Amino acid sequence: MHSDRAPLSLRLSAIAGLLFLHLPIALIFLYAFTTEERSFAFPPPGLTTKWFAVAWGRADIWPPLYLSLKVAAISTLLAMILGTLVAAAMARARFFGRDQLSLLIILPIALPGVITGMSLRSAFSIMDIPFSTLTIVLGHATFCIVIVYNNAVARFRRLSGGVVEASADLGANAFQTFRYILLPNLGSALLAGGMLAFALSFDEVIVTTFTSGQQSTLPIWMLNELVRPRQRPVTNVVAIVVFCATFIPILLAYTLTRGGSDTAGGGK
Amino acid sequence: MTASAILPDRGPGDRISAVFWRRPRVLLALLLAPPLLWLGIVYLGSLAALLLQSFYSIDEFSGVIKHEFTLKTYGDLLRPSNMDIIIRTLVMSAAVTLASVVVALPIAYYAARYARGRWKAVFYLGVMLPLWSSYLVKVYAWKLILAKEGILTWIADSLGVSFLLDALLALPSIGGSSLSTSFIGTWIVFVYVWLPYMILPMQAALERVPESMLEASADLGASPGLTFRKVTFPLALPGIIAGSIFTFSLTMGDYIIPQIIGTSANFIGMAVYQQQGTAGNIPLAAAFSVVPIVIMLIYLTLAKRAGAFDAL
Repeated sequence: MHSDRAPLSLRLSAIAGLLFLHLPIALIFLYAFTTEERSFAFPPPGLTTKWFAVAWGRADIWPPLYLSLKVAAISTLLAMILGTLVAAAMARARFFGRDQLSLLIILPIALPGVITGMSLRSAFSIMDIPFSTLTIVLGHATFCIVIVYNNAVARFRRLSGGVVEASADLGANAFQTFRYILLPNLGSALLAGGMLAFALSFDEVIVTTFTSGQQSTLPIWMLNELVRPRQRPVTNVVAIVVFCATFIPILLAYTLTRGGSDTAGGGK
Repeated sequence: MTASAILPDRGPGDRISAVFWRRPRVLLALLLAPPLLWLGIVYLGSLAALLLQSFYSIDEFSGVIKHEFTLKTYGDLLRPSNMDIIIRTLVMSAAVTLASVVVALPIAYYAARYARGRWKAVFYLGVMLPLWSSYLVKVYAWKLILAKEGILTWIADSLGVSFLLDALLALPSIGGSSLSTSFIGTWIVFVYVWLPYMILPMQAALERVPESMLEASADLGASPGLTFRKVTFPLALPGIIAGSIFTFSLTMGDYIIPQIIGTSANFIGMAVYQQQGTAGNIPLAAAFSVVPIVIMLIYLTLAKRAGAFDAL
C-alpha cells in the first residue's frame, strides 16, 4: 500500500524534531526578562525589563561589540571581492587545477574550526606577527570566501551567457558589461552572500579565540561570561543582540535568493 | 583601413577589453590571482606552518620551542593520557553521528516525501534558521535547560518522574551530578547543534529516491517498513554518509561545547586550545590538530568510495 498521507507517528516525530530545534532558542528570550540573577531557576520567579538597561550601561560590552562589527565588516568586504572573483573564474572557464581550487575554497569550513585557528596561530608564532584586528580578519575572511562564492557561482550559472555576448555585440567593453549587465544581475546574490558572511563572522568564536590575543569580540565576551558569569540575565540580553545580528541578515539573504526569475536570460 | 567592423577605440577600457577578448587566459589569471594568493598564502601557508610546528619540540625546562626537526612531539602524543583524549573524542563523535541519524531521519523523510507548498517552506526555514543562528547562543540555551535548577529538572519534577532523571545521572561514567556536568549533556548539545548538517544532505538524498521504485516495491508485496529497509534507506545512505562527514568532523574539532557543558574531561579541541594557550606547548597543540586532519582525510576517502559526494 502506498499513500500520500504520512503516518501519524512520522508526522509527530518530524514535528517533535522541529520543536527540538527551535524551543531552546526561545528560552534565551525568556531568561533575559527573569528577576533571578544568580541561577537558571525555572520557571523564572518574576519578569522585568531592567536587564536591557543594565546591559546598555555596562561599559565592558561596547568595545567587543564595536570590534565584532569592525571585523565582520572588513571580512565581509574582503570575502565579497575574493569570492566574486573566484566565482567569475569558476563559472565558465575550464582550467588546470579547477577541482583542486574548489576543494581549497571549501577546506576552511570543511575542516574543524580548531584547525584553521591553530594553523593561523602557528603561522603567527613562526613569523612573530603580533595579535591585532588584522590577525582576526585574516581568519574570518578565509572562511567567509566560500559563503560568497557559493551564492555568486549559483547565480553565475543561472545567468545566460547570451546576455554578456549581446552586450559585447552592442559595443560595450568588458567594464561596461560588468557595470551594466553582470553587477545588476549578480547584485542580490552578492548581497545575500555578504549578509551570510557577515552573520558567520559576527558569530564566529572558535577561530577567533586562536587569533585575537587580548582583544575580545562579542562572542568571546559571551564565552567568558559563560565560564565566569557576572550578571546572568545581562548575558542573555547580549545573546539576544548576537542572535538578532545573525538572524536578520540570514532572513534577508533567504528572501533575496528565494526567487530566481529576476535573472536575465535565466530561462535559457 | 578605415572601414572596419570594429567600433572605434574610445579609451583604455576598450583596449583592455580587446586584450581580454584575444587572450581569455589573461582575464582568467587576473580573476584568479587575488583569491589564489589569499588562500595560498594565508590558508595553505598556515596549514604548512601547523605541520612544521608539529615537528618542533618544546624544551621541558625552559619552555622554549626548539626549532629543529624531531618526532619527539608525536611520541608525546602517543602517551596514554593523550590517547585517552583521542579515543574519547572519537567515541563521542561516533555517538553524536549515530544519534543525529536517528533524530534527523523522520524530519528529512517527512520533508522529502510528504511536505508540499507552505509546509515545504516551513521545513526548509525550520532547518536553515537553527543551522545559521548563533552557535554560542544555542550552546548557552542548553546550559539553561540542562542546569541542575533548570527547565528539564523542573519538567521531571512536575511530571513526577525525577527518579528517571536521577537514574540516568547515576549511570557510571556517562552520568554526573547534573545533566550540564555529564557526558550525556555534552552529547545532547552536540546532537542539537549539528543536527541540521545531517538533515539537509539526508533530505536531498531522499528527495532523489524515485516514487516509482516505492510503488514497485509495494506492488511486489512489501510492507511500508520492508520498503523502507530494502529500498529507501539504501538509496538514502550516500546522503547520510555525507551528513556524517559534518557531524563527525565538527564534533571532533569542537572545544566550546565540552568546555561549557560536561565533565572536565578533555577532548581533542580542548587539548589543542590548552596546549597552545595556558601550557604554551605549540608543537604539541599542532600535533594534536594533525589528528583530526588525518582522520578526516581517511573518512573523506571512504565516504567518496561510498558515493557520498555524488549526493551532496
